Amino acid sequence: MAEIEKVEYWRWTESNWKNPEIPDWHGSLITAGVDIGSTSTQAVIMADGVPYAYSNMRTGSNSPDSAIGAINWAMQDTGLTLEDITYTIGTGYGRVNVPFSNKTVTEITCHARGANYIYGPTVRTILDMGGQDCKAIHCDEKGSVTAFMMNDKCAAGTGRGMEVIANLLAVRVEDIGEMSFQVDEEPAPVSSTCVIFAKSEATKLMRSGWTKEKVLAAYCHAMALRVVRLLERNGMELDFAITGGIAKNIGVVRRIESIMGIKALKPTMDTQIAGALGAALIGKELVEKKRAKENQ
Amino acid sequence: MITAGIDCGSQNTKGVIIKDGKVVAMALLPTEFDADLAAQKAYEIALEKVGVKKEDVSRLAITGVGREIVKWGDTEINEVGAAARGAKFVLPETDTVIDMGADSCRVIRMNEDGSVMKYEVNDKCASGAGTFIEAMARALQVKTEEMGDFSLRHTKELATNAQCVVFAESEVISLIHAKETREDIAYGVHMGIANRIASMIRRVGLTDHFTMIGGPAYNKGLVSCMSKVFGREIVTPENNQFISAIGAAIFAAENQ
Repeated sequence: MAEIEKVEYWRWTESNWKNPEIPDWHGSLITAGVDIGSTSTQAVIMADGVPYAYSNMRTGSNSPDSAIGAINWAMQDTGLTLEDITYTIGTGYGRVNVPFSNKTVTEITCHARGANYIYGPTVRTILDMGGQDCKAIHCDEKGSVTAFMMNDKCAAGTGRGMEVIANLLAVRVEDIGEMSFQVDEEPAPVSSTCVIFAKSEATKLMRSGWTKEKVLAAYCHAMALRVVRLLERNGMELDFAITGGIAKNIGVVRRIESIMGIKALKPTMDTQIAGALGAALIGKELVEKKRAKENQ
Repeated sequence: MITAGIDCGSQNTKGVIIKDGKVVAMALLPTEFDADLAAQKAYEIALEKVGVKKEDVSRLAITGVGREIVKWGDTEINEVGAAARGAKFVLPETDTVIDMGADSCRVIRMNEDGSVMKYEVNDKCASGAGTFIEAMARALQVKTEEMGDFSLRHTKELATNAQCVVFAESEVISLIHAKETREDIAYGVHMGIANRIASMIRRVGLTDHFTMIGGPAYNKGLVSCMSKVFGREIVTPENNQFISAIGAAIFAAENQ
């Protein structure tokens, strides 16, 4: 019997990175942020407030192991060890499970701070599209949160919803965005409230002869509508930026832009690391404040 | 007088024939992808069972989500009206109907004369519908029909948190990994649904005579959890999947 390859279509690519402009660090302050999300875990290491290295990987069944795995992978080519890191902040839903952290901060605070760094001080509205929740966050020019709203009750509008459709249509989750534009005209959206209903609608559409591309367009459209409702309830103030894994899916991002008639700022870094980056920045500020006090 | 009702649901299509105020034939089959064909078949099977010809049927009423596709009935009635009429017909003391289908749930409060006072519908989210139980049964590797018995054998009051089917699947898998028994998890799943239905009940007001209809009403574990949450007995009529089709047939007789 021929062996059938079981492709895990939902699997996104894990990655790590080291700042090529800082080949050998001899600075004064190393801080780290570890964001344990429901689906992914990131560790960001900052050297005097400059991103030095990071990793982005899946959260395993054991959160402390995920935290250790992420920080080790981030440190891999840096020559650093845990002892070199002055201060670590844990964030995300698993933030209490970072064994080497000095403090925990909520992911909403960290995402706003991280987005402020990635996109600059003009960002006022951040849409964080995570694996199992979706948040609309307002912040000021310093990246401090002024208001937020979240959906964590329903998978519609989250990465988990996208994974379900990737598996159903046997399309790699990273290809969905591009494919969803390969249609002659934009089809009507499928159910935007329930992933389960959207899934049965998608099955019916496939049987009625729709192409995968057309179904993906209808699905990305529905997901965009879903998060736009959250954004509208929270109020939109420009500039606008999207963070989290779905920010990499242009099928959803462009549809949000077109429904709202605005443009999201172009990311300059991996959108999934915003939370961990914010945590590392907050850590740096805390250490500096403490040192300033001691020197008085 | 002979009338007929077809309830074309998202998962199953039901046909019922009523003769002189008595249900004489019932047929059920999966709706699948062609609602129109399913309705024709359900109607024909029901007619055949009792040896009645189409010409002998005075009026045929269509209900269910498929009524937008099945257009050859003499009249149509919405799901709320059909459920209320059917429940009142089989259990006259009913004052609140819980109608749970595959993809939706309705709670209907009735006046004494059987007219609808107010109702709540959840058809936007699968969290309170039969699909939810099916998905959890799959995660537990238990047949959907066995979920009730598993739940009744529970030994502790396990609580589940997830409302969304997608998140609940992951939660059930985590609970299996945490060595919780399938019996306790099934109970937790049913309690979760019962609590969600309870919030719909609160909006229409709590009454004394609950009747539950629709496929999930066969699930004794779910019904027992609902009784526990509401503090009321939940009566489930025989043939509870056919009650809305019966209601449609009664409606057909009304409007002669």
